[in-house]
Amino acid sequence: MIREAMEMPPKGGFSFDLCKRNDMLVKKGLKEPSFLKTGTTIVGLIFKDGVILGADTRATEGPIVADKNCEKIHYMAPNIYCCGAGTAADTEAVTGTHNFCSLSRCNQHVPFYFICLFSANFILQWLFLDMVSSQLKLHRYHTGRESRVVTALSLLKSHLFSYQGYVSAALVLGGVDVTGPHLHTIYPHGSTDTLPFATMGSGSLAAMAVFESKYREGLTRDEGVKLVSEAICSGIFNDLGSGSNVDICVITQGEKEYLRNHMLPNPRTYISEKGYSFSKKTEVLRTKITPLREMVEVIEGGDAMEE
Amino acid sequence: MQIFEYNGSALVAMVGKNCFAIASDRRLGVQLQTIATDFQKIYKIHEKLFIGLSGLATDAQTLYQRLVFRHKLYQLREERDMKPETFASLVSAILYEKRFGPYFCQPVIAGLGDEDKPFICTMDSIGAKELAKDFVVAGTASESLYGACESMFKPDMDAEELFETISQALLSSVDRDCLSGWGGHVYVVTPTEVTERILKGRMD
Repeated sequence: MIREAMEMPPKGGFSFDLCKRNDMLVKKGLKEPSFLKTGTTIVGLIFKDGVILGADTRATEGPIVADKNCEKIHYMAPNIYCCGAGTAADTEAVTGTHNFCSLSRCNQHVPFYFICLFSANFILQWLFLDMVSSQLKLHRYHTGRESRVVTALSLLKSHLFSYQGYVSAALVLGGVDVTGPHLHTIYPHGSTDTLPFATMGSGSLAAMAVFESKYREGLTRDEGVKLVSEAICSGIFNDLGSGSNVDICVITQGEKEYLRNHMLPNPRTYISEKGYSFSKKTEVLRTKITPLREMVEVIEGGDAMEE
Repeated sequence: MQIFEYNGSALVAMVGKNCFAIASDRRLGVQLQTIATDFQKIYKIHEKLFIGLSGLATDAQTLYQRLVFRHKLYQLREERDMKPETFASLVSAILYEKRFGPYFCQPVIAGLGDEDKPFICTMDSIGAKELAKDFVVAGTASESLYGACESMFKPDMDAEELFETISQALLSSVDRDCLSGWGGHVYVVTPTEVTERILKGRMD
């Protein structure tokens, strides 16, 4: 008990404590839960002065829409943004600024002794902050330079590869650094592509159809934003896993513009003006009211002491 | 047989004008048999922060104990209560730590933040945060709750109206779910007081 208290709070990384119990439950016939996925249409394209990223805003839990206006364009560095598709927790964790690092590469079906072997090798990794945007920030402090897109790319692909596809995040990474504008796609197993225009997610085919017909090199900013909006709209209207609004992020040399909810093609116009009125009140069995303490203002009484 | 449908639960939180309400049902069951009709699913973290935990009851209780422990440590170190946004990040990190062997729990967090601005959020069982400005739902009755809240919710309701709306949404949704019900437990929190009410619902 004392040892447990001394070990808390945990140093970070994935913990596999509950794997054995969960395995036992699955053997007894329990089905595993479904996670929040971002069905998604995410796109990116390179235009004359930089990169434009676009995403829809629907998050699904099975067939139900869990969030009608979620954010899928994540910050990586002041000049680099990343759109994420796949399991929502994975895309948030891998791009976000968590203070937890990831350790062992095991999946939950590996027997216990294997986990011990692996963790012995990777104990050193406990000390690194592995979540990419935190790592990029540390790298910026260390080198004193602006982050490069290929740095973010290498960090993301090595993280995803080391989890062999179990961290299910498909990303479109774009940014402008000293070497120019760059756009990359990263698949959950860690493979990457470098492209002038890219789409990922369940709506990627719908969006790619728009890009393939209308993309050309040297687009201006307005033409680029219009094309990206069209591609996302095509995903929103034709793919069931994508929906709601269009988010756009325009990154150019030295500046970025995050246009949250740039287009709202699905407004809720059917709300009844009267609203609900409940004629019969809810029956209450017991009520307990606890007043909250008021904040006490402490007035500085410096004068009294000085005398 | 689904793991989330082992015990059954219904949780909803709504935002009003400078106040919030969080409500749950009261049933604890083992599949189709009811074991308790006064089971607590909403826990207080500090005066202005509540967390409701749906899903497997044993994981909910364990997770609550861990969170209270971490919050107490935070209070000792920082000499103040945790803000709701910070607490949500803490819960998300604790759940994601168990990414490959998760707690079978879906939390609903509701609190009053800086300047008593209401904050609500929910997460899936591995910590994907979902912030909302109007309402959040979780549990076996979540599909009905989505529908009921979507139609009954109005922005900027005061405490009395908010209580009535959230109670009606909860009771009508749990009536359509076999695994949750047996009344309701509603907390309405304003900057000056916390009102806890037990609702009478269908006992089936």
